[in-house]
Amino acid sequence: MKKRNGISFGENVLIHAIAVILALIVCAVVIVALTHQNPLQVYAGFANGALGNPRRSWITVRETMILLLIAVGLTPAFMMRFWNIGAEGQILMGGVATAAIMIYLGNSLPSGVLLILMLLASMAAGLIWGLIPAYFKAKYNTNETLFTLMMNYVAMQIITVCICFWENPTGSNTVGIINQKTRGGWFPYLGGNEYILNVIIVMIITVIMYIYQRYSKQGYEISVVGSSQNTARYAGINVKKVILRTMMISGAICGLAGSLIVGGASHTISTSTAKGRGFTAIVVAWMAHFNPFVMILISFLLVFMQQGAIQIATQFGLNENASDIITGIILFFLIGSEFFVNYKVEFTKGKKEAA
Amino acid sequence: MSVSFTGYTDRTKRKTVKGENTLDEAYAIEFKGISKSFGKIKANDHIDLALRKGEILSILGENGSGKTTLMNMIAGIYFPDEGHIRVNGKEVMIRSPKDSFDLKIGMIHQHFKLIPILTVAENIVLGLKEKDAMDMKKIEADVGALASRYGFEINPSEKIYNLSVSQKQTVEIVKVLYRGADLLILDEPTAVLTPQETEKLFEVMRNMRKDGKSLIIITHKLNEVLEISDRVSVLRKGKYIGTVDTKDATVSSLTEMMVGEKVSLNIHRSDPVNTQERLDLNQVTCRNGEGIATLDHVSFTVSGGEILGIAGISGSGQKEVLESIAGLQYIESGEIHFTPPGGGKEKISGLSVSQIRALGIKLAFVPEDRLGMGLVSSMDMTDNMMLRSYWSGKGMNLDRKTPKELAEKIIKELEVVTPGVSTPIGRLSGGNVQKVLVGREIASNPVVLMVAYPVRGLDINSSYLIYNLMSRQKENGAAVICVGEDLDVLLELCDRILVLHNGKVAGIVEARTSTKEQLGLMMTGTVEKMMGGKEAAV
Repeated sequence: MKKRNGISFGENVLIHAIAVILALIVCAVVIVALTHQNPLQVYAGFANGALGNPRRSWITVRETMILLLIAVGLTPAFMMRFWNIGAEGQILMGGVATAAIMIYLGNSLPSGVLLILMLLASMAAGLIWGLIPAYFKAKYNTNETLFTLMMNYVAMQIITVCICFWENPTGSNTVGIINQKTRGGWFPYLGGNEYILNVIIVMIITVIMYIYQRYSKQGYEISVVGSSQNTARYAGINVKKVILRTMMISGAICGLAGSLIVGGASHTISTSTAKGRGFTAIVVAWMAHFNPFVMILISFLLVFMQQGAIQIATQFGLNENASDIITGIILFFLIGSEFFVNYKVEFTKGKKEAA
Repeated sequence: MSVSFTGYTDRTKRKTVKGENTLDEAYAIEFKGISKSFGKIKANDHIDLALRKGEILSILGENGSGKTTLMNMIAGIYFPDEGHIRVNGKEVMIRSPKDSFDLKIGMIHQHFKLIPILTVAENIVLGLKEKDAMDMKKIEADVGALASRYGFEINPSEKIYNLSVSQKQTVEIVKVLYRGADLLILDEPTAVLTPQETEKLFEVMRNMRKDGKSLIIITHKLNEVLEISDRVSVLRKGKYIGTVDTKDATVSSLTEMMVGEKVSLNIHRSDPVNTQERLDLNQVTCRNGEGIATLDHVSFTVSGGEILGIAGISGSGQKEVLESIAGLQYIESGEIHFTPPGGGKEKISGLSVSQIRALGIKLAFVPEDRLGMGLVSSMDMTDNMMLRSYWSGKGMNLDRKTPKELAEKIIKELEVVTPGVSTPIGRLSGGNVQKVLVGREIASNPVVLMVAYPVRGLDINSSYLIYNLMSRQKENGAAVICVGEDLDVLLELCDRILVLHNGKVAGIVEARTSTKEQLGLMMTGTVEKMMGGKEAAV
């Protein structure tokens, strides 16, 4: 087993393609075992569920965009080697801020103003949620993995408290669809399309962050701090300032994702609003090696499987966890293929001991 | 006596005649056609080498010639891709350090493998299987007897953390002897020793040879080769060049074998002219996390147009001196002042790197840790150039054009071997990495240039290139500070030399009139001399 020196683009794509194909084969075996159906029919069901009709396709696009945004938000933190595992909580806080505005101001302000307020509030909430662990890391060198993870649970409890105040109907312990009749605060239709605003926001942020990371002085500082804090200090970079600034950005973007979910998709808030996407996005960002184009592909693949699985579950009577199993198998093969990208396995003839 | 080999082709078509002693048995170890590659790099290319029993053989070669790789194969750390090894005439497979151990081979590495909290004797018997309970008293007695047999001075019940570097090295040697080694390999043993300690080591090596042991010393220091070895085998760029008897060799003949061409190893040193004081350190004291003073009331000055060398045992405060000046090290007490060419003393102690820069002071620093501090190994040359310039220019965006031009200029002027400006620096060889780092630091025409161990791990040509670059900077009026470990080079390159011992200034001398021995005594704190020029009676 030898470490590779470098790998050609073609070989890289090939290894990943093989991984996906192997994954689909294994999934097919699992599906046959579970449903006793023809796997190709099951896969057709997936495609149907994800892209079968315009409404479903738009949902797939919407979900892909949200997952992509979270991955884009995580990227600057990870490039700085600040392990932001708190995206889930940052999303939730952004969602809470958005929900609050929708509930208290949803019917008294014009929709343009509401929209801007919601976006800004969610970014502010996420920013604060990301700033707290960053401050402690910069000042006391606390472990950011644990800190950000814990903050997720705090966020969930905050939502639980808010639900007490926002229960609708009273006693149900859920918030229900906010402003269902008036659609106050809901993301407006653009050009007749319900979700196009989501797409536009995400694409704009993705492009901005890409330029920021690669071409700006601050992006350069992030890369240097991520590679070696010693080198950063040697070059005169204020490491503490960079940590704080970058986590504010990361938290803000994840918070923004929360407003896209609450204002632009589900129109409600609960402790499961993020649905584990804060963690899935880590996989997306990491496996794409932070390349935005690849992140779009991986997000799409995961959402495709997810939406398709919902269809399969109803169509073939599978448990809804089936989609998790399939997502898990695909991730397993994709992550496993990373090993083969970095190492080459060769067989050497064993020689006999002759000492 | 015939030996049969299973599954090999015997490359030497030597026939053994009954009754005749084969030449093979006169050799403690032989390498035949040994090759080893790491990815695209061929570290050893069909090497044929032999060590006679009871001799001291030097394996000489520049940094990167493949010496350590070759020895690591005897030590069982690597396994050859091709070729075979014979020990005492018998072909062997050394697949792990245990095999090497069983063959009575002992390797003393550059980085010691000792446990600080245990005693000398405990480290020596670590890992050995004893049937009965360990009798430490007996072990200590045995260790003591073994040590005095060869002339080592160690106390078997002393804790490792109390020992000096040279004493730790002694423990490593006694360790392999205790385990019955007949063949010892020492990898660059004198790198960490003072001249006096080196002499002691050589004494001990001669005693071991008298006792019938065979020794290999890996080194790149020519004068030591000439002093201690019986024969010299030279490697160059992974290939075996040849073996000569030491008595027939000279510095220039060996250099020619090492480098492949006649090189004149001269460091151009001009006399300092028009020197103006630039840096003034006054009673600087720094403390580490454990409260120990890493610098203890250090005072000295450096002027523009001179090279001040800093010598000392590793860890005497060299790193702290340079980092204090650069603004990377917290100074507990004392002050550092800088006098710009236009005049007017400014205090720079307590300022950060960016604050010093904001004052317009052009301070260049080549740190000891090249890829961990001076450069980012995952970035390409252009981005590494930007470490010193990224903030310049208006607005939020980076200017990559100017750094790229600088990178291309450095590649051309310093002959950096690289596929291109966009190759990650980490892929370049050690010598080229250093050229990039030094090139970047001198590109700004600094007023103060500080370098730490500038040629460590570099091949001869690159080393002399860097010495001459430093001399040129000095001639341009820069104040140059050079922390080094090769005392011969420091004496040739520098104008004055400051010796550090335990964080204190042990002495400052004129390089042109000092000797290695004087420096060695100061390095161990044996003699305290102050201020260069006057030589007190030793």
